Amino acid sequence: MNRYPLWKYILLVVVIASGCLYALPNVFGQDPALQITNADSGVPSPREQTRIVEILAGQDIAVRGTEPTDEHLLLRLASAQAQTRAADELEVRLGRDYTVALNLAPSTPGWLRNLGGQPMYLGLDLRGGVHFLMQVDTQAVLEQTVSRYSDEFRRLLREADIRYRDVRTGEGRLSLAFASQERLDQALDALRPEYLELEFNANNDVTPPRLEAVLTDDERTKVRNFAVEQNMTTLRNRVNELGVAEPVIQRQGLDRIVVQLPGVQDTARAKDIIGATATLEFRMVDAGNFPYRGGPDATPPPGTELFPEREGGYVLLEREIIITGDAITDAQSGIDTQTGQSEVNIRLSGAGGSIMSRVTQNRVGDHMAVVFKETELQARRVNGEVVREQVVVEEVINIARIQEQLGSRFRITGLDSGQEARDLSLLLRAGSLAAPMQIVEERTIGPSLGQENINQGLAAVVIGFALVVAFMAFYYRVFGLFANLALLANLVLIVAALSVLQATLTLPGIAGIVLTVGMAVDANVLIFERIREEIRAGSNTQKAIEAGYGKALSTIADANVTTLIAAVVLFAFGTGPIKGFAVTLSIGIVSSMFTAILGTRALANLVYGARRGARLSI
Amino acid sequence: MNFFKRDIQIDFMTHRIRAALLTAVLMVASLGFLFFRGLDLGLDFTGGTLVEVGYPQAVDLGQVRSTLEAAGYDDAIVQTFGSARDVMIRLAPNAGAGDALSNAVLDTLRADNADAELRRVEFVGPQVGEELAEKGGLALLYALGGILIYVAFRFEYRFAIGAVAAVVHDVVVTLGIFAAIGMTFDLTVLAALLAVIGYSLNDTIVVFDRVRENFVRVRKGSAPEITNLSINQMLPRTLVTSLTTLLVLLALVALGGELIRGFALTLIIGVLVGTYSSIYVASSAALGLGVSKEDLVPPPKEGEDSDELVP
Repeated sequence: MNRYPLWKYILLVVVIASGCLYALPNVFGQDPALQITNADSGVPSPREQTRIVEILAGQDIAVRGTEPTDEHLLLRLASAQAQTRAADELEVRLGRDYTVALNLAPSTPGWLRNLGGQPMYLGLDLRGGVHFLMQVDTQAVLEQTVSRYSDEFRRLLREADIRYRDVRTGEGRLSLAFASQERLDQALDALRPEYLELEFNANNDVTPPRLEAVLTDDERTKVRNFAVEQNMTTLRNRVNELGVAEPVIQRQGLDRIVVQLPGVQDTARAKDIIGATATLEFRMVDAGNFPYRGGPDATPPPGTELFPEREGGYVLLEREIIITGDAITDAQSGIDTQTGQSEVNIRLSGAGGSIMSRVTQNRVGDHMAVVFKETELQARRVNGEVVREQVVVEEVINIARIQEQLGSRFRITGLDSGQEARDLSLLLRAGSLAAPMQIVEERTIGPSLGQENINQGLAAVVIGFALVVAFMAFYYRVFGLFANLALLANLVLIVAALSVLQATLTLPGIAGIVLTVGMAVDANVLIFERIREEIRAGSNTQKAIEAGYGKALSTIADANVTTLIAAVVLFAFGTGPIKGFAVTLSIGIVSSMFTAILGTRALANLVYGARRGARLSI
Repeated sequence: MNFFKRDIQIDFMTHRIRAALLTAVLMVASLGFLFFRGLDLGLDFTGGTLVEVGYPQAVDLGQVRSTLEAAGYDDAIVQTFGSARDVMIRLAPNAGAGDALSNAVLDTLRADNADAELRRVEFVGPQVGEELAEKGGLALLYALGGILIYVAFRFEYRFAIGAVAAVVHDVVVTLGIFAAIGMTFDLTVLAALLAVIGYSLNDTIVVFDRVRENFVRVRKGSAPEITNLSINQMLPRTLVTSLTTLLVLLALVALGGELIRGFALTLIIGVLVGTYSSIYVASSAALGLGVSKEDLVPPPKEGEDSDELVP
């Protein structure tokens, strides 16, 4: 007799029923929406919400619905055009305390959303998403590069014992003054062979004579390219840290980068993170002027710089930067167990750690400051046009007395909230930007595959699927019907799992599903052929079913586990589309094992399990 | 319903030396095509030119696409950009570059709709840069390593080498065929290639599993004979599974449109190559490395009784 215990039937029914439930949200569409967050409170207050709706009403932009959550306010709008207009308007009127981001909000009914039902995201190729164009400030990198040379020149000339008067940098050139032409020539002989990437030019017409150095054209291109590439890597890390599947990050033109994200849940945070320029600088506090008593406009003494403190007030810091965010290899946010405040635990690179310990060695008892540096983009309206300009915000978030020589591990405190600590640690982990950059354009973008193509493709999948179903029913009769039901349940489960995981479905992902459908059928083919073999070998009905499933199981398990291993490795080490494919494939393997083995066996047991002499329709 | 006679007795393994020659020729030819002709990489890998065009009214993207296609820009990717009136077009490098290209594109579009207005023309970098390609390649190597270890652990190391050889064979030959017929290799095709690996691996393990079972069960017969028996026993399953998969793929090729065609063709090539390789690469390699019954059969215990079958 082939009977399943009751719990197996219940398990099957429960799994398939919840599969149907969580696959259901995909039936509903999506609305163009705006996501608005306040820098301090997250969701805007009810009064501000009314103001937002009024601002839009004043511009004749109809709001379909407002949905405040804990973190943000979601505004549903009628069209993509209304969305862009509303975003521009709100960005100008709300100012820098708010982030306004484009979004696509699923129009899943409330009861389903309360159960956690969400549609799966369709990728950039099938649905489109949000498009950011970032402008990389390559001029700033050139300036930075040149000023790095000035330090090296100083050291080299000092070591060669060639005296110079001053070193100036600016406009991409470096200029050294010498007391005499002989000294200049000496310097030129010392520097030129060391720096082939620089073009030297001796200017003897001025007094004092100056030696000028600029980067060669090749070198400029190299530096620019390196900066853009480095920024792309950092952006990619940031987007990965955000957990957005299948983004597109590509270079556009000489110094711009395109970032496209498919339906991201929290576009406001994504925008903050992508556009963020936040980095840290560690500097010593000027010991002679601490605490600082002068006003904000007083001229700081030579070698120092005045910085505002986040808590209010000012502090004088030494001009020399000990290390910057570049030297940080790992950063984790956490909570200080004693004060309950948010903190970021920092680990420095070997080089960074040794600089830190060298500097702090002789300064025990002095104070060190952490400067938080960020470029923010503010939108203003000039003559009716929306103009965005960047504002550099620098503030001291933390000053601490150096208790002992510091090494490569320490922590910084003084952050406003847990979210800020998490964002800062994410940015530090993702690596620093080689050059400042800002978002210069934000749009929604349509699918890269035409609707016609998508429809054609889906129709083809449906027809192919129908052919397989027809073939199975024809070739294996009643057992073929079992396999077909299992196949249907399998598809529902895959869609449900992708929805619950909030995975992004792209055309390659559909490829993964097609493959698993093929492999799910294969599991049933293996079982059914085995049952036929058993019947041919003279087994009776019940023994044939028993042996067919039993013996095929190890084959199916081995084949699927091998493929699963490949999928898991591809997921762990692969990127982008390879990862997406691996996710669908893994889900497909697990759900097809479940439906093709457990599911069809349950049906076979129900229909044939109690009939001793029945002829199997296989 | 059954397509097959009771006992199929095709002597696969006597042809295995000739098949090995064929495999070698296929591999060399594929590598030759890959090295000397190379893959025709798609926009995803090469980057290209971006042309943004604006219209006073919402425009039908299908129309834009077919206009471009008619003018010979086959691989153009057309998307709305911000609103239904702004269109972003990406073109492969072989379409040309610079002002000549943008003017030609604009002229083409104006011939259809005189209101088209050029917004910007720019070069776009590849979506999959060197860094990503490198990581992808490494991921694939690690995956092969994982398969090698698992199969060696569950079966025997000679089977593991056979399975991995079959996977490598499938990837190289499929890519070689792509290079030979000059089809565009893009991300979709890459996904299909990964699917081929999965399919072929599945096929190989299924045959191995039966070989392992028969090594234990069938007392008489040499290793090649038992391998042959196993392949024959699995033949109905192999053909039925290939047939159902091919049914889906043929539907995709016939009805799925331009974009899915590359994907479906890759899989069709892969299914055929993969079925061949599970017999003549994986099994042949395991036999060639000298796998024998003793490697898989546990030492017999006294008085143990088991089924006995003669091949």
